[in-house]
Amino acid sequence: MSSATETIEGFVKSDYKYGFITDIEAESAPPGLNEDTIRFISAKKKEPAFMLEWRLKAYHHWLTMKVPTWPKVAYPPVDFQDIVYYSAPKKAGDGPKSLDEVDPKLLETYEKLGIPLHERAKLAGVAVDAVFDSVSVGTTYKETLAEKGIIFCSMSEAIAEHPELVKRYLGSVVPHTDNFYAALNSAVFSDGSFVYIPKGVRCPMELSTYFRINAAKSGQFERTLIIAEEDSYVSYLEGCTAPMRDENQLHAAVVELVVMDRGEIKYSTVQNWYPGDEDGKGGIYNFVTKRGLCKGQESKISWTQVETGSAVTWKYPSCILQGDRSVGEFYSVALTNNRQQADTGTKMVHMGKDTRSTIVSKGISAGRGQNSYRGLVQVRKSASRARNFSQCDSLLIGDQCGAHTFPYIEVRNTSSSIEHEATTSKIGEDQIFYCNQRGISTQDAVNMIVNGFCKEVFRELPMEFAMEAQKLLGVSLEGSVG
Amino acid sequence: MTTETLPIRPEDPFLEALQSKDPSSEEAQTWLVPIRQAGIAAYSQNGLPTTAHEDWRFTSLANLREVTFDLSLAPSTLSAMELESLPDPLQGKESIRLVLVDGQLDEGLSSRSLLPQGITLMSMKEAIQSHQTSIKAHLGQYTYGNDSPFAALNSALFCDGVYLHLPAGVELEIPIHIMHVTSDSSQGRVSLARNFFHLEQRASATVLETFCGPNKGAYLTSPTLECRVEDQAKLEHIKIQDESPEAFHMACVYASIDREAHFKSHYLSLGGKLSRNHIRTHLNGEGLCCTLNGLYLAQGHQVMDQHMVVDHAKPHTESHEYFNGILDDQSRGVFHGRIHVRQIAQKTDAKQTNKNLLLSEEAIADTKPQLEIYADDVRCTHGATIGQLDEEAIWYLRSRGIPRATARRMLVHAFAGEIIDRIDHPCIRESLDQLIWDQLEKLPHFHTHTSTDPS
Repeated sequence: MSSATETIEGFVKSDYKYGFITDIEAESAPPGLNEDTIRFISAKKKEPAFMLEWRLKAYHHWLTMKVPTWPKVAYPPVDFQDIVYYSAPKKAGDGPKSLDEVDPKLLETYEKLGIPLHERAKLAGVAVDAVFDSVSVGTTYKETLAEKGIIFCSMSEAIAEHPELVKRYLGSVVPHTDNFYAALNSAVFSDGSFVYIPKGVRCPMELSTYFRINAAKSGQFERTLIIAEEDSYVSYLEGCTAPMRDENQLHAAVVELVVMDRGEIKYSTVQNWYPGDEDGKGGIYNFVTKRGLCKGQESKISWTQVETGSAVTWKYPSCILQGDRSVGEFYSVALTNNRQQADTGTKMVHMGKDTRSTIVSKGISAGRGQNSYRGLVQVRKSASRARNFSQCDSLLIGDQCGAHTFPYIEVRNTSSSIEHEATTSKIGEDQIFYCNQRGISTQDAVNMIVNGFCKEVFRELPMEFAMEAQKLLGVSLEGSVG
Repeated sequence: MTTETLPIRPEDPFLEALQSKDPSSEEAQTWLVPIRQAGIAAYSQNGLPTTAHEDWRFTSLANLREVTFDLSLAPSTLSAMELESLPDPLQGKESIRLVLVDGQLDEGLSSRSLLPQGITLMSMKEAIQSHQTSIKAHLGQYTYGNDSPFAALNSALFCDGVYLHLPAGVELEIPIHIMHVTSDSSQGRVSLARNFFHLEQRASATVLETFCGPNKGAYLTSPTLECRVEDQAKLEHIKIQDESPEAFHMACVYASIDREAHFKSHYLSLGGKLSRNHIRTHLNGEGLCCTLNGLYLAQGHQVMDQHMVVDHAKPHTESHEYFNGILDDQSRGVFHGRIHVRQIAQKTDAKQTNKNLLLSEEAIADTKPQLEIYADDVRCTHGATIGQLDEEAIWYLRSRGIPRATARRMLVHAFAGEIIDRIDHPCIRESLDQLIWDQLEKLPHFHTHTSTDPS
């Protein structure tokens, strides 16, 4: 057992390999938040008047709100006046017209991140929108998508070119009054991705966005909006990294999904923000609001997330199952190591008849990590014959960590059937021994067991992501069995 | 999780009365003064909670707030005849009976003839004076600093209750029955019984507590029970709540359990407009076992809330919670259970289940089964279900020639029987089995479901 512990510790200590800083001149707003900051952001982005109005409304509402204290995470209060709300890589001249004109240093960054941004994108068949600090730097594969009528662009572009869509859907799932961080995001969001899949179109490739926080002291507030019309389908991937810095940086994103009749959105996230060092110094505060609305009948939203990064995570990708026979799914692997804290889970709100939801949450705690699952399954009176199955399993590695489960189940009719199950366990000495006995090293055994533990979630991820997630988990856990 | 202090509602029914109390001059026993003061302070901090408090999210006290309570009402009396007319699950069986009327012990109605020597079973009012030394070290020590406003209210104002003490090695086979009766129908009566059960090493006892109110008034019973179960002792506690339909029943049970001890507690909720069991068990020794077992049957507009935290503070402890709810009409069942495993509590084995059966379209179930685990070598599971009878099980029975209605009855009885079967004491189990059977048969939608059944 002791040798196992040692290997695991060695394993846990492996470095964060995305911690580089790209030296690019950036154009920023001064730190602090007031009406002028918002006007500055809005003006910089040359937004129409309705957007500025919307932002200011959110800002004024935000001022009346208090920082939520109910999540099971502890961190020093964030000074909202010390954050740079807008930081954009400085453009030469009028800015890039195509990918070739994008600052090569930026492309290098993405190269380092392993993102197939340009040619490789085509080979990989992935269309990428990359958001650097707060600004979208280039969207690949746009024309191919345009042929099908699919809009995949940055949020700024969408505001400029498709204001009617933005006006109609922005804030329709996550209103600016929703919560503290959603209000903040609504006021200051700088960019993000916008996807529109027209009626009857099946998006031919995976759409993907990479987010990166680069500038010091800056916060990232991106906003993603995906709309899937009737009979359409899209699979969207999101990945994130940040440099290693001593101070904590704030990431407060909002993601909204809207699905019409028989449409489907599959949203996958591999979140690997800088988690801080072993003593919990630095790292990203990841306070994200993600919510999908299954508006039409037989629509479907599937969230898959692999959360390995961030110092503090506070995130509940949710589904509002409004349309009859709509389906919500949530698959999650959350890993906390060292002093990371995660309070994550989902909300499934059943409103339509015969709606179904599945929740599979796998929490892994190692080191001094604290991992909480918090989930709500709400069945409204109108949701006859709703069905939910929830399974929350926790795996503990080491004796300093914690795993917590806080499910909320509210049922308002009798024809529904709700099941919740949760287990907490550790990697058994007998399991390790069994593997050792068959010539498998302790480290490999841990990896195998953890991967087996997460299998149900990984198989929901697109192929490339599944591979990455497995590797990521292996790296994050290196050396941690007791 | 930080508990936010929310402003106290101006119409708080007890705040003013409490704050005008001055225990240092009013309380005759000086050692009780700090307990009283702590109760007043704890209550004054939040007053009666609203649904904005996480622990009261699903249980509104709005109805309670509307009643004008009179804390100065003197306890009334109950005649022997009236007492006989009350349901007694141990009728005709051997038992030691204590009767509390409006929270105060009535010696005339109680019968302790079967109480063996060496065991102390007496009024709390009396014990505070005569058994000061043995109570002083314990009273108020197990309430987690009055973590419920009703425990705080009780600490501040209780004047009587029951004190039970079993010395080391004493095993009591005859069950003790404590009957709590709220007697008259005057509005706004508050009964605050304070009970303390102390079982020394290897002692064992069975205590049945029943709560009833034969009259229809809107009253509040808020008993607080503290238990100390020392090494290898065994306590089986059964609580039946069958208050009058307008009554509020807000009970708090605190148990501190030591090495290799057994604490088995059963909760049956049948009556009251709004009732809540606030249970906290402190698992404070290796090799112990704690079982919390409950059944709630609600109909009409009843609200029944079960709120518990099992605190695993030492390694090698075992806990089980089983709560089943049968909800009819527009009733509401609330379950909050938390298994808290401290970092040192390795090898914890904890299990928690909450099952809810909804018999009508309007019934509501809210459940929050939670795990909070800081140790790695543990086995903790929890599960919760809300739903109807299993159609396949009904089909199975029907395919064997059993009519649908009978099949349905069989399954509901079995659902309740699961809980009753866990009671160890044979006499009590039998009479409760009968009691629950009769209660179930009386439920409005017991035989047919409100929605159109397919046959």
